[in-house]
Amino acid sequence: MSTTTTTVARARLSAGERAVAASAHAVLSIWALLVILPLLWTLMTSFKSTSEIFASPFKLPAKPALENYSSAWTTAGIGTFFFNTAFVVGSALILVMLLGSMCAYILARFDFPGNRLIYYMMLGGLMIPIFLAIVPLFFVLQNFGLLNTLPGLIVTYVAFALPFTVFFLYAFFRSLPNEISEAAAIDGANEWRTFFQIMLPMARPGLATVAIMNFLGLWNQFLLPVALNTNRDNYVLSQGLAAFASSAGYDVNFGALFAAVVITVAPVLVVYVIFQRQLQGSVSQGTMK
Amino acid sequence: MSAAAYGPPASTPPELVAPPRTEPSRARRWRRNFTFDKISLFLVFLGIPLALYITFVVSPLIQAVSYSFTDWSGFSPNFKPVGFENYVKILSDDTFLKAIRNNALLAVVVPLIIIVLSLALATMVTVGGASTGQVRGIRGAGFYRVISFFPYAVPAIITGIMWNLIFDPSSGLVNGILTGIGFSNFKSFPWLGNIRTAMPTMMFVIIWGFVGFYMVLFIAAIKGIPAEIFEAARIDGAGRLRTAWSITLPLIRENVQTAYIYLGIMAIDAFVYAQALNPQGGPENSTLTMSQELLSTAFQKGEFGVACAMGVVMGLMTLLFAAIVFSVNRATGGKDRITLA
Repeated sequence: MSTTTTTVARARLSAGERAVAASAHAVLSIWALLVILPLLWTLMTSFKSTSEIFASPFKLPAKPALENYSSAWTTAGIGTFFFNTAFVVGSALILVMLLGSMCAYILARFDFPGNRLIYYMMLGGLMIPIFLAIVPLFFVLQNFGLLNTLPGLIVTYVAFALPFTVFFLYAFFRSLPNEISEAAAIDGANEWRTFFQIMLPMARPGLATVAIMNFLGLWNQFLLPVALNTNRDNYVLSQGLAAFASSAGYDVNFGALFAAVVITVAPVLVVYVIFQRQLQGSVSQGTMK
Repeated sequence: MSAAAYGPPASTPPELVAPPRTEPSRARRWRRNFTFDKISLFLVFLGIPLALYITFVVSPLIQAVSYSFTDWSGFSPNFKPVGFENYVKILSDDTFLKAIRNNALLAVVVPLIIIVLSLALATMVTVGGASTGQVRGIRGAGFYRVISFFPYAVPAIITGIMWNLIFDPSSGLVNGILTGIGFSNFKSFPWLGNIRTAMPTMMFVIIWGFVGFYMVLFIAAIKGIPAEIFEAARIDGAGRLRTAWSITLPLIRENVQTAYIYLGIMAIDAFVYAQALNPQGGPENSTLTMSQELLSTAFQKGEFGVACAMGVVMGLMTLLFAAIVFSVNRATGGKDRITLA
């Protein structure tokens, strides 16, 4: 290629280059606006009185209607739902991380007959819709006396979050070097100690990322509570909010509904923004929910 | 970008490969070490999680299949086998057939749009930058990446409720904007109450909720591709579209396939969104999903046998969907494993 054609090509390229960059920025900005605008609008509307909401979707509130938040928290019961959710998700998270890492550790670090079978059984649980199991599950819980109770919900959450947790941590435990557990064995640590004092601490980065994914998944869980937890006092946030939204259609306290949405979204968004780096890393390891 | 972006050293294989299962030393060691220590470890570490998993996940799944062949109503202890009667009933029920069609439509349209959109956005953010100098994303990539993930952090039910409020005919943001810029016929247009717009509106909401997550996933996958490959393609004169189509896509094929299957499972369920946007199934059942039918059949009508049959239909549709994705991937060349040596 001669020199002149290269320069011409480069000149044309950089003109096209700017056009490409500009259109890419345009597309991404539109997308970012599409994400942020609804969230901001919801936040703003949550400070408006119901009559202001109906007057205009754009106008800023005359004075922030903080009573929306108090009425959402108390009369709509969002406060109770919030603590129920925190209790259920917190307990289920601790349990599933413990049981999941134990199970993944055994599957990843020991050869025994049936190892593959158990692994594929877990994998299958990731692929099958929960809906297939929901009706018999209702009666399984009833037989255990766990239907409509928070412990029942916790146990169910743990069981359904288990395949994902095991699947992810399996890969992680496999990647840990053998030499260290061997060294621990030579130093006289038994199998239990090796797990709790050597392997588990070494798996901490993996545990953290799975815990975040599980937190998001369980905090957002909707179907299981709707089908298995129908006692209003035991409602978790997602189902309580759904109930509140469908009742708000009649007594129209839209301000409180917007406030309830903000109350529910805020903790999750805060968790996300704090652990954002870790989460992006976790997704990169090829698992998803 | 860290050194990790250039892939592992050539001596180790790129993915986690199990050591050969028949390795004699490991097998011998396993048999020799039948100590109390190890047995107790197995009982607790494997026993408890498995018992839980089998009781609350595996056994209900199996029960669902067997109940689907009975006339069980749940509240009476006795029920009798009815063969395929439940299946005949639901497959000749116009409402359930409508729900099947709605879910099939969701499974065809939603995963495709989400994947195309998230791949396009991910490509811009990772390798869409200036085509001279180092391979990089466009400026502000980090900002776009963080923002994009927001919808996934919002609980799905809230996404539904929020958009329901945004699409509200009289006080919603959408009609506010449309009338504001002069489309006065949208003054109180019922987006979710009109038979033509209800389904597309629901699709839009689902897509909004998922694009960010898959975008982050694809960003991670693309960052796993060594930069030299993109540089080589650029030297060979490949433009952006060509690079995306012939380099990026084949190399992250597995991720795309997994994403497709997960999105298909989600679309065949779609319960949360359908419930938040149109709990009654929308105008003329235009947004009714199988999952909504299943729950009302089970817990309102008490026809548990029929509901289980609906669950089996959903499960079969999911398997069918996965099979289609796998075979399309194979047919288009996915079987030729591409390795980054």
